[in-house]
Parts: sequence; C-alpha cells; structure tokens
Amino acid sequence: MRIGVFVCQCGTNIAGTVDTEEVARRTLMLPDVVYATSYMYTCSEPGQKEIQQAISEHNLQGVVVAACSPRMHEPTFRRAVERAGLNRYMFEMANIREHVSWIGLDREANTRKACDLVEMAVAKLRYNQPLFSSKVPIHKKVLVIGGGVAGIQAALDCAEGGLDVLLVEKKTSIGGKMAQLDKTFPTVDCSSCILGPKMVDVSQKENITLLANSEVENISGYVGNFKVDVRKKATYVDWSACTGCGACIEKCPSRKVPDTFNEELGKARAINIPFPQAIPKKAAIRREYCLHFTKGKCGICKKICPVEAVNYEMEDEIITEDVGAIIVATGYDLFDHSVYGEYGGGRYPDVISGLQYERILSASGPYGGHIKRPSDGKEPRDIVFIACVGSRDASVDRPYCSGVCCMYIAKQAILTKDHVPESNSYVFYMDIRSPGKNYDEFVRRAQEEYGVQYIRGRVGKIYPRGDRMVVQGADTLLGVQVEVEADLVVLATGVESASGSRELAEKLRISYDQYGFYMESHPKLRPVETNTAGVYLAGVCQGPKDIPASVAQGSAAAAKVQALFARDTIETNPQVALVNERACISCGKCIQVCPYQAIQWKELRGGDRKAEVLPSVCQGCGLCNATCPCKAIQLLHATDNQILAEVNELFG
Amino acid sequence: MTEGNSVLAKAREIKIIGFLCNWCSYGGADTAGVCRFKQPTDLRIVRIPCTGRMDPLFAAKSLIYGIDGVLVSGCHPKDCHYAVGNLYARRRLEVLKHFLPFMGIDGRRFHYTWVSASEGQLWQKTVTEFSDRIHRLGPNPGLSRT
Amino acid sequence: MNRYIHNEEIFMNRRVAYYQGCSLEGLAHEFDTSTREVCAALGIELVEIPDWNCCGSTPAHSLDPVLSAALSARNLAIAVQEGADVVMTPCPGCLKSLKGSLEVYHDQDERQKFLDILGMPFDGKVKAISVLQLLYEDVGPDAIRKRVVRPLTDHALVPYYGCLLSRPAHFAQFDDPENPISMDRLMEAVGASVPDFPYKTECCGATYGVTRNEIVGKLSGRILDMALRVGAEAVAVACPLCQQNLDLRQGQLNRQWKRNFDIPVVYITQIIGLALGIDPRKLGLHKLFVDAGVLLEKRGPETTQAAQ
Repeated sequence: MRIGVFVCQCGTNIAGTVDTEEVARRTLMLPDVVYATSYMYTCSEPGQKEIQQAISEHNLQGVVVAACSPRMHEPTFRRAVERAGLNRYMFEMANIREHVSWIGLDREANTRKACDLVEMAVAKLRYNQPLFSSKVPIHKKVLVIGGGVAGIQAALDCAEGGLDVLLVEKKTSIGGKMAQLDKTFPTVDCSSCILGPKMVDVSQKENITLLANSEVENISGYVGNFKVDVRKKATYVDWSACTGCGACIEKCPSRKVPDTFNEELGKARAINIPFPQAIPKKAAIRREYCLHFTKGKCGICKKICPVEAVNYEMEDEIITEDVGAIIVATGYDLFDHSVYGEYGGGRYPDVISGLQYERILSASGPYGGHIKRPSDGKEPRDIVFIACVGSRDASVDRPYCSGVCCMYIAKQAILTKDHVPESNSYVFYMDIRSPGKNYDEFVRRAQEEYGVQYIRGRVGKIYPRGDRMVVQGADTLLGVQVEVEADLVVLATGVESASGSRELAEKLRISYDQYGFYMESHPKLRPVETNTAGVYLAGVCQGPKDIPASVAQGSAAAAKVQALFARDTIETNPQVALVNERACISCGKCIQVCPYQAIQWKELRGGDRKAEVLPSVCQGCGLCNATCPCKAIQLLHATDNQILAEVNELFG
Repeated sequence: MTEGNSVLAKAREIKIIGFLCNWCSYGGADTAGVCRFKQPTDLRIVRIPCTGRMDPLFAAKSLIYGIDGVLVSGCHPKDCHYAVGNLYARRRLEVLKHFLPFMGIDGRRFHYTWVSASEGQLWQKTVTEFSDRIHRLGPNPGLSRT
Repeated sequence: MNRYIHNEEIFMNRRVAYYQGCSLEGLAHEFDTSTREVCAALGIELVEIPDWNCCGSTPAHSLDPVLSAALSARNLAIAVQEGADVVMTPCPGCLKSLKGSLEVYHDQDERQKFLDILGMPFDGKVKAISVLQLLYEDVGPDAIRKRVVRPLTDHALVPYYGCLLSRPAHFAQFDDPENPISMDRLMEAVGASVPDFPYKTECCGATYGVTRNEIVGKLSGRILDMALRVGAEAVAVACPLCQQNLDLRQGQLNRQWKRNFDIPVVYITQIIGLALGIDPRKLGLHKLFVDAGVLLEKRGPETTQAAQ
C-alpha cells in the first residue's frame, strides 16, 4: 500500500510542543509510507488541496493525518480524500493535539509520543478496506419532547416546512415555564400575549399531533428510523369530548389541591384546567386529590359534565410511533431554595421564589395581578430581591450561572414600582450579568429611572421581626454590614436540570453533564446536535438560557431536521459487523448479546444456519466481535487485525 | 513528571496503552486536552467504538508482550451510547483483572474505569494516577521474552 | 427526626467516657454537675478519663496543629485503653479539639508524625460527641419525654447554639448548620414552649470578652434583645463561653449600654434536669449570675384554673 502522512502544525497549537518536521521525517522511514510532510493548517483549503495533490502525484492508496481529534475533523478529511478519488475509509487520523501537544510540555517526549501515534495509525491503515454505504428510507416525522417555548418553536418550524410533528408534553398543557411568566425582559411585553398565539398555532396546525399529559417511555432504532413508545397518562376525562367549559371545576368539592401552575400560592380543584389559555384546554383529574379515588364517594364532575366526558375507568395508554428525528426540549426545574437555611429554609411564607413572584405579578395569577404577600395578603412596601440563589454557589453544587436571574430581578423590580409606585426595592447581587441586546440598558433603567437600590453583597440571614422580614447582609462596596427590613423577600432562584432528565438521556442514549444538562456534540460548532445522530437539543435542557436563545435553538433544531429530511434516504454507516460464514460455528452468542437485534439466523441450504448481520440495523458497537469465540464476526473498520496492528506497533 | 519521563526514557521508556470508547472517554480525553490539563506522556490511546468492543485478549496480549500498563475507559454504567456495551465490558474486564496473576502478570498493570466526555479533570487524574502506579512498578518484563 | 432507634435498653446502663475540660472545673462548674446528674438520671454511666489533660484549646492549634492534635488525642487514647468507644464532652471547644485530633489522624500525610508525638497506640476509631448530641441522638427527645416528672409547661424558652455546635457542617456532622433544632426538640420534649429564635446561631462575641469587651456587649446584647422580643423567659445554651458572655456579662452590658436585662441563661442540661425532677441545687441553678428562679414556677392547667 502506498501511504501518505500529513503532520499538521495547527499554527503553534501542535508545533509549539511537538517537532512536527521530525515526526514527518521519522514517519517517512516506515514501510509503505511513500510521502510525509508537515503543514501549517492541514484542515484549511490549501492544506486539503495539498493532500489531494499528493494523492494524485504519488498515487497514494491511503492517507494518515496527524492533527487534532478525529471527533473534530475526521469527517472533513474523509471528504477531502474522497474528492481526490480515494474511498473515505482509506483514511486514518492520529490525535497529536488534544492527546499530545496540549497536555504535555516536554517537547522531546511529545515528539516521541506523536511518532508512536502516527505509526499506530499507519499500522491500522494497512488493514483498512474501502467501505461503501447503503441507503435506507427516512421516516419523515419528527418527535418533539417538551412543549415549552423551545419545543413549540421547533414543532411550528418543522410543521411549517411540511413535516409531520409529534409533540409530547408531560403536563396537561403546553406553554412550559414561559406560560407562567407575567412579562418578559427587556421589552416588558406580556408573556402570555406573545406565547399564546404560538400555542394556538400548535393546536391548529394539521400536521402537529399534540400528546399532552404524556411521557416518552421507550426509544429504539436509529436516525431516520426511530421507534418511540409514548405513555399517554390517564386524565379520567375523554378529551375528544371535553369542551373545556369548566363546569366540573366549579362544582368539584375537593378545594384544597395545591395549585402547581401558580407555584402553590393558591388552591386548585382536583379536576382542573391549569390556566385560561391552556392548550389543549381540557380538564384532567388529579387522582391523588379526587374524592372519588381517595374516598370512593363523590362523582359530581361526572354528573355535571354536559358532554359526559368524565370516565373514572380510564387507563394509561401506550402509543407507538415511527419517527425519523427527535428534538429534545425538556426545559428545566427551578432550584429549590429550602436548602438555604440562612434564607429561612422555606419556613417563611414571605420569602418566595422568583417564579412565585412572577405568578403574583400576573393578572391571571392567584391575586389577580395585585401585589400582595402570601402570609397576610398585605401590599408590601419594601421588597428585597436576592440574586444568585442556587447559582454560582459551589456549596449547593450549583457553581454555574443561571444566566436569567439578573435580568428577571431587574424586570420584577421595575414592575413592582409600576404596580406600587410608593414601594422601595432593594437588590442584593454578586455581579450583574446582562450580556444581551438591550439588557444592560434595561438594568440601568431599573437603577436610574426606577430607583431600585442595588447593593453589592451577599445576604447572611433572613429572620422575622414582627410581621416583617429582616434581611441582614453585607455591602462589599462600602465595606459595611447592612440590614433591610422588608415586607417581602424574593429569591432569584436559579435554574437546574429538569427532574428525570438523566433517565430520558439514557433512553435517548445521549450524554449529560454532571448537573444533568444534555451535552451538545460540540460546544461551539455543533450546538444543537447530540452525539446520537438524529437527536437534537433545544432550550434549557442543554444549559441555562433565556427565551430568545431558547427560541433560536428551537428554530435551529428544526432547521437541522429539515436538512436531514430534505433527502429521501439516509446513508447508513458502513462500519458494521460482518460474519465470515466459513468460520461461524453457529453458537448464537452474537445474537444474544446484540443490543439492537441486528443479528439473526440465516438458513443455508442443507439445513445449516449461520449468523447474519442486518447492516441497516447494526450500530457498530462491536459487542458481537468481542463475544464471538472464533472471531468469525468482525466489526468493519475496527477489526481485530486493525486494533491489534495498533497494539503491535507499540511493542517495537 | 515529564522530567522523570525523559530520565527513564534513556533506560527504557514506559509505555502505556489506553483503549477508550469513542463516545465518552475519548471525548473526555479530548476535553482534558482542550482544557490543557497536563498529563504524563506515557499513554498511547487506541480509539474503539465502545468498551463492549474490548476483547480482553487485547489487554492480555499487550501485557504478555511487555507493554507496561493497560488502561481501559468507557462511559459510566447506564450511560453507554450502545445502551449495554459497558456492562458487558465490566464483567469481562473484572474477570480479566483476576485472571492476569494466573498468567504471571501483575494485575496492577491493568486498570479499567469510566470517564464521561465532560470529565476532563477526572481523565487527567486517572491518567496521572495510573502512570504513577506503572512508574512505581517499573518496566514490565512481559512473558514472551523470558 | 433522630438517626437512632430509641430503645430504653440501648442507653440504659450505657458507659460513656467523659472528658470534662477546664471550663467545667471553673466558671462552668454547674454545666459539669448538671451533666453528671442528668446522665445518672437517664442511666448513662459517665467514666471520667483518668489523668486527662488540656485539650489545647485555642492557643495550641494556632501554634502547631499536629502537636496540639496529639495533645488532645492523648485523652482519646486513654479513653480507648479504658474500653470506651465514645468520648463525650459538654464543652464545644473541647469537642472541636478532640474531633480535630481525629481529623489529623485520618490525614495520611500527617498520621505518622502525629502518632510519633502521641507515643501511644491509637487507631482513630473512637468517636467524640457533645452532651447535646448524646441527649438528642443517643437518648432522644421521645425517651426524655417519658421520664419527665416536672414539665416546664408554659415556660417560653429559646435555644442559643452559638457558632461551634453544628459548624462547620462537614466537621460537626450534627444538626443543621443554619437552623439547628436539637435543643428546640429537647426543650419541647420537657414541655416548654419554644418560639422560633432567629439569632440561635449569631455570634456572641466569643473570646473578645477578654480583649474588646464592648464588642461582646454589642453582640450579646443583640441576642438577648431578640430573646426578649420573641417572648422568652430564659435562654438555653450548651457552651460555657456562650453562657458566660450572655449571663455573667449582663451586668456589664447593662452598665455599658444603659440597659436592664434580667434574663436567665441556663444550660440545657439544667433544664432537662429540672424536668426530670432533680434538685435545683444539685443542678447548680443557684450558681448562675442571673437568678433562674422563674423556671421553678409551676404553671400549666392547674395554676391557670386557680387564677380563674
């Protein structure tokens, strides 16, 4: 085989601590290597041209690029060699940047290591064979998990492009956290007025199927051909009949149900529609509070319903659908501030979360949009906001910035002044993070026009004095301790990953970080893709972000799906397992271990049977290869010979 | 550490081979690189699709022929890109670990662990500790040449 | 609420090594006697560590942490020789030193030096706890409630924990660092009413009493003010230094800041002892600077009826 080796300097990223010239020189001494060079930026256009030129000039049959991680540029170089007429699998990469130059300072040792890695890549390449993809059809339907603003945007954009969309929402209405907000920063426009029409669109688009009160139970398959099971949880109300008239809610005698939509500031009924703009606007019974289910009596809702929609016998239903792509937009949960003993640990009714205050401000909230405090319904005069509650605090394992709190406090302080002009607002903050279009100007307006007092420092203690709360903290700019007596304390509670996010990630086979936020494929260049082809991310499930960023990511994910679905077929990955029938002893172990049921029996003439791989189902994990006792089944592009060639090279 | 390496290199360079799954640990090693977390230079990484692909013989053969240490790393249990590959790997590699002494190989030369793509710091720690261990054990005489 | 299952058999006739410390020999004598009385009444045998020595207090560890650790570890080592697996001390300062010596022992880098200085066999398995921890976790409020003969019904008491009893959280491994409740629960168990006390962990001024007296006056004054504001008749403490700052210095405070505080500051062991029916003199109630006679007033349903 005639092999060419290209050692990238990556500017000084590699050449700074690796002698790339030396690597190229030593590589040239290896058997089969007929050409080796070192180049400034191999991934650049002239760099790729140089590879292509060398392929034709030296009649190369295989190429090794020693550069960055193959997770970064393997596809780039594969395309480059393909354009020069080589098969894309006659290419190998040696990672001498992330695994060599960036992690060691000893130039000599680094150069030796780089030489070893190149040698290993060359050794593997000698066993490489051209591989060819086949094409399988795509199910042009997309599953969107989560009906918050990111999921809504993704679903609408996909539907707009003519795709069939299955939107699955855990709660009984879509809208997510944005539906709970009163106003949005920095424009102070009404949250439900801008979200509401989008929610209505979702219900009216013919190609969107909305499954509310449902959860994804199981996912199998691969890009283009996923199979999903969705559990449609029993609502005990036939939604095809329910008109959302609300007669049942009025008459329901179970009146002490915590109102989750209003962050438990008010009471709801056991049969309920969470808010007036809910989509779908259908009633659902909460079994744990319903007298029919808990006490075995009552049945008023069933009696009162004019369309006889109430059905106590309803059971969960599993719906199975084939989809070609999945957009995950599962959002976030609010940090539970009760872990902060110094803020009262949740004991004081007038120390509330940011989202609770949002409900208080909202005209559709528990107090009809009048600012009152939860303890006694009095209108507060002095209000203290505390920033970074559950953000940037390693002691509660939340060292990251939630990104939205600085802005929402500024908004809430402005709205407070609008509602109660004679009120005084104080904000205890660490730093103000307002990097967005018109964001910093907005915070300045809060400070300058609305007279919100910003105090730079942390709060050490909150305790009651009479019917007011004393907030004791530090002003680190003045270097003094301060004490503010307040009627209401609003904690700018941060963002944390949604409960159940890890379990869903395991079903989707995508990765998540230590805080439960989903990992994008590349933090800068592939921000909506995951490492599982066909699964995309939108919104806060990937990391804290505000509404504009969530909407943008929802649209971006939709665009990715549109691009994927623009073709009718998808090229399969040819790095799959292959059975050598002559060596196969028909033990069936590979069939047992395959996680995808991609291996089956093939009957031969004469009654023998041998294992057979379904290439379109095989995902290329290689579990069968390691299991096969006689190595009759080999994972192409990672065969035993290829891996052992790399290992053998090190014995040298 | 690096100084120690070059001194040793004159006698006989320590060589460690790492088998890393493509999805988690290889990414973790990349993350460590991107974050410039300095590590000893003895390790040579082989990328495999999944630890489930890891044939225990790869490790055994390396050690028989005198590679000084073998490190295998994959996704954390339950986070496998292929759902269950690392669970198979865990059983196989645990057996291997106990079996190596019977072959005349010091079991401490073999280590398997789990590092996710976001855990660059953990990867740095893993490599540093394992390299330290192998340096303390010294060169592996192997089996074939004795 | 508690970590252990409370079975009378478990603590009855239990032997616990007792480290008294210097404060309890002097100004806090009544903390010592009341601790001994209460433990005896609950069937816990306290075995004073023979030939115990100074725990090192504050000066030693600021000079040489390992040396001071070995100093206080000698007490633990003797206790182990006497067959104890738990050492109890009422003083949080002593407790901090004893636990600190265990922490140094468990530090791999320091262990050898530590053992060389100690010069006694030591395996670090012994536990050090406070009397509050013993009463709250090992005995438990429920078991104490059953033994109350003289409930403190209608007495409003507030607990003052100070800085050391539950902090730092990972070190103390006891109660909540921001809102401790062990004394609250124990006092409720003996029938007292316990209002929410926001200043239960505020600083009393600690050793500034020696150098900058006015700081203690200010800080302790705040605590006493808050106690009166929430309607307390007495403050319960479990630390000799807290007790001293709040009780002994009330007179100074009144002179300095022109106040007239007159609120008793009582050890938690004295409160429990009263409820268990122990003679107030044996509990050293008369040794407090501010008279705590108010606690002896019998209230409750009968007296209310009589008043009517």
